[in-house]
Amino acid sequence: MFTNFRRILTFAINDFSRNKGISIAAIFVLTITIMLVTGLFFFQGTASYLTSQLQDKIDITAYFKDGTQEQDILNAKDSILKMSPDIKDIEYISKDQALASFNKKHKDNAVLVKALQEVGDNPFLPSLNITTNGDLLQYASVSNILQTSDFSKLIDKVDFSQKKDTIEKVYSITSNINTFGLLLGFVLIIVAMLVVFNTIKLTIENSKEEISTMRIVGASDWFIRGPFVIQGIIYGVIAFLVCILLSVAFSYFLSSKIEIILPGFNAFGYFLTNFWIFVLIQLVFGIGVGAISALIVVKKYLEV
Amino acid sequence: MFHVPCSMIRFKNVTKIYAPDAAILQDVSFEIKEGEFVSIIGKSGAGKTTLTRLILGLEEPTRGDVYFKDKNIRTADLSEIQKIRRSIGCIYQDYKLLPGKTVYENVAYIMEVEGRGYGEIKKEVPKVLELIGLKDKMDNFPNELSGGEQQRLAVARALVNHPKLIIADEPTGNLDPYNTYEVIYLLEKINKTGATVILLTHNREIINKLGKRVITLVGGKIIRDEAEGRFII
Repeated sequence: MFTNFRRILTFAINDFSRNKGISIAAIFVLTITIMLVTGLFFFQGTASYLTSQLQDKIDITAYFKDGTQEQDILNAKDSILKMSPDIKDIEYISKDQALASFNKKHKDNAVLVKALQEVGDNPFLPSLNITTNGDLLQYASVSNILQTSDFSKLIDKVDFSQKKDTIEKVYSITSNINTFGLLLGFVLIIVAMLVVFNTIKLTIENSKEEISTMRIVGASDWFIRGPFVIQGIIYGVIAFLVCILLSVAFSYFLSSKIEIILPGFNAFGYFLTNFWIFVLIQLVFGIGVGAISALIVVKKYLEV
Repeated sequence: MFHVPCSMIRFKNVTKIYAPDAAILQDVSFEIKEGEFVSIIGKSGAGKTTLTRLILGLEEPTRGDVYFKDKNIRTADLSEIQKIRRSIGCIYQDYKLLPGKTVYENVAYIMEVEGRGYGEIKKEVPKVLELIGLKDKMDNFPNELSGGEQQRLAVARALVNHPKLIIADEPTGNLDPYNTYEVIYLLEKINKTGATVILLTHNREIINKLGKRVITLVGGKIIRDEAEGRFII
């Protein structure tokens, strides 16, 4: 058993080194395929980063009636937190804070500053700014609590219904990005697998006569198939090593450029955080496609 | 006590039809005993190669049975067929060498398939290569050898496991007269050691000179089977 395995391994290594041109072509195609899959995983990463960024910007603001005591609002805040554990953040903004924030934001807009001066008094209402974990249903549920609970009599208005369309649009966009990414990924992986399969098929095509001779002299199916499958695995392992090095280089050198497009997204950091997932994807894909393609093609020739 | 030779190959009413209605062999029956030297002659398309493929289990007869040492090849499973193939040494007109392997590896492969140990292979292969005059070319690849050398390598490969049956399918088809007689002489020598030899050829001169049993195939049928046959078609 061990002797046979050693022989099969030796055959595979000899064939691999003797057919350098074919081996390089197969590794090249496999490398491109793995990089494509890695790129898709990166795309999923950036898409989910973008989604979370957009979702973080979505909030519900409950405006309290003018004259509501600060303690009543803080009590309401505690009650809301108790009733809805999905809330990620809830922030109390007093009348004065709201005015200060408006002034800071619009200090260069003379028309707005003048309009505020003409009003004279502080027209802003105290509010609670609520952010949930990002699910649209959670926003609806929080909005419902605000409008139906005991402290609803203190609330002047909840702006969820006004923001609802925007929130739905954001969700639709992010959901489309994810669906598109999945579909594109699926199509690309199928195309890539076909390309790899055909490349390996061409490399084995050269050995068609050899396979038939091996059959005639009584070699067992695994004695014939083994070296080709191991060669497929060698292609996969080498392509994986090339890909992991390329991934490190790309994510390191392109990180600053990607950050210009996606502020706050560190590609190299993302790569390091998910390093073992990248290793697993590249290794499984490389070895899997290499070995399975070889297995299928040799099986076909063994039946001829 | 006389040794009664056992049956090596037996064809029993074998018909082989390739779809839709091309009958290559028609109701063929014959028996070859251990230690015999039998020539099977016939023109191209007479069914000689199909006979070989049936013996090796590469094809199944449409009707009838083929026996190897009383084992019906039709009912044998794949591992039994592979075992049968390993006990037959084949020599072909187009050599059927392994182009990606060296001369040494081509011969060693047969022993490796058989599961022989590294030590035995290391000892046996150079010996066989020396016998056929290819020892100094053991690191060459088949495409670096002449036609005669390639055929000698094919012979070495067929002999290395000391098979009880040698099938030589047009082994001299690509050779000059000198190499032709060298191969035939080698086959006779192997036969004298007790191995059964089946020679498939359409070389009139060789057959007439051999003076051994000849089975004549015409249009997939045996028209003559003579103990000391001559080439008459």
